[in-house]
Amino acid sequence: MNCATKAAADARAPFQPASSLDYVPREPLRGLQSERLRRVVERAYEHVPAYHQKMQKRGLTPAHIRDLDDLQQLPFTTQSDLSDAYPLGMLAVPVGQVVRINPMAGTTGKPFVVAYTRRDLEMWTELMIRSLACCGIHQGDVLQNACAGELFADGLGLHQAAEALGATVIPVSGGETDRQLMAMKDLGVSAVCSTPSYFLHLAERAEKLGMNLRELPLRAGIFIAELWNEATRRQIEDVAAIKAFDLYRLPDVIGPGIGAECIHQNGLHVFEDHLYPEIIDPVSGDVLPDGQEGELVLTTLSKEAMPLVRYRTRDCTALVAEPCPCGRTLRRVRRIGRRSDNVFLIQGVRVFPAQIEAALLAVEGTLPHYQIVLTQEKGLERAEVQIEVTPQIFSDRLSALDALQSKFAQAIEQSLGIGVPVRLVDPHSVPRHQDKQVIDKRSASD
Amino acid sequence: MKIPQISVFVENKPGHLNIPCRLLAEAGINIVTLSVADVQQFGVLRLIVRQWQRAKEVLEAAGLAVAVTEVLAIEVPDQPGGLADLLDIFHQAGINVEYMYAFAARLGNRAVLVFRFDKLDAAIAALTRAGINPVSPISLYEHLDEE
Repeated sequence: MNCATKAAADARAPFQPASSLDYVPREPLRGLQSERLRRVVERAYEHVPAYHQKMQKRGLTPAHIRDLDDLQQLPFTTQSDLSDAYPLGMLAVPVGQVVRINPMAGTTGKPFVVAYTRRDLEMWTELMIRSLACCGIHQGDVLQNACAGELFADGLGLHQAAEALGATVIPVSGGETDRQLMAMKDLGVSAVCSTPSYFLHLAERAEKLGMNLRELPLRAGIFIAELWNEATRRQIEDVAAIKAFDLYRLPDVIGPGIGAECIHQNGLHVFEDHLYPEIIDPVSGDVLPDGQEGELVLTTLSKEAMPLVRYRTRDCTALVAEPCPCGRTLRRVRRIGRRSDNVFLIQGVRVFPAQIEAALLAVEGTLPHYQIVLTQEKGLERAEVQIEVTPQIFSDRLSALDALQSKFAQAIEQSLGIGVPVRLVDPHSVPRHQDKQVIDKRSASD
Repeated sequence: MKIPQISVFVENKPGHLNIPCRLLAEAGINIVTLSVADVQQFGVLRLIVRQWQRAKEVLEAAGLAVAVTEVLAIEVPDQPGGLADLLDIFHQAGINVEYMYAFAARLGNRAVLVFRFDKLDAAIAALTRAGINPVSPISLYEHLDEE
């Protein structure tokens, strides 16, 4: 199948009824948002002690929040608030109404959970249907779900939505690269969902096997859980003759489905009838006007089990209010290129340097000089923790050094839930007096 | 009996092995023998030098990670079975050889090997029982000087 036929298949996308809210004019949308905001604030205030106390401190009651303009008065919620309420302190419904709980490792080493009622899951499915439709996926598409491992929970949402959309879903566990490629070839897969780096890994393997992805019916890739840039997008689109779309996810809120790119690939439409976005100055907390870059803050307008009020995502972006040629009235966020807190993503997992620091400290009881080096090789993001060898930990026995390196690696894996390569380096080779421990050697994102 | 060995951490990068060697050269310290053991990313350079305290100071002053370990230098008959017989002694005494390497020079018709044991004193006792005396540092360095 050549590129022209692939593009023609794109144009056949029928209108998806669930997407109708994508096109609601701004004014009625605002009315809906305000109405939902009032309800969510009421529920949070009534049922979640943390919200109640925070609002009380500011002398606020739900009566003060009448529409979106009043949102700014409300205090922010952070991940620490969720950790402090671990395990179920953030629930706004009785436990019996919760049908799913995602345990999260927590980016500062403190766990928290994300809970869903049945209606929350329906909402998530709806947003995923709208996301897929946004990317031009429709009934008749064959979607390969390669969200596995850390993305298992995200994969569930994708699966529910793709089936509801009428697409054929093929769940294939990550890591089984050859099986992925076989399914892609034999089952006429037209769309794949994975991390961008995993797709590039698939492409690399395909080339080794003499398989040309460009010749397959594959026409779309839906990518989640990594910060990637335009160069990587072009690389992916070129290697497989597909369109590559970015989906925004924040597992603290929901999995993928917060925002999605449309066929114009110029920012991600945020499903703001359910998740209201604000951009703030990460230092002062002031709300910034559309177009200005700052930290994305989300308020869940319909979540029942765990409403989030002004949740700080730590992701940096800007809101785009200009109309999109696709006709959606939903504002867009620019692709997320960096984080406001030094955090980085490995295999879809958000990692705070503090987590790595705590793990390293635990090994020898003292904190070695270390740095986290992020690199990009062939579009794949890699991280490496470099630890200086000191006379105290140095040994003439290679096996002892090797064991030490493994111990550091194990401690990190235990803390993060994923492995990060560790390398012992010469003493004094890590620069001193730097204010950050993360060295980003990836090409500047655009 | 016991001989001090200097070990230095070396990253597996071009030019890195040269750093300690150059430092010792500049300090006028001759390397009697050495070995390098490495894994993919780093290695350990092990050195026998006569002025080991001075060597340690020089390397440490340059910011390198240095360790001093005691090893044994043992003469081995340079003939088939010479090494196997020696290793049998340690095996029977339940002593593990962490690593070993050879001296560049020989003592007469005997090769000299450097051994690092997990139980150094037990190794010496086992050798004594077998009637073998490890080479003393003095005779070792003196002999090597004559060569």
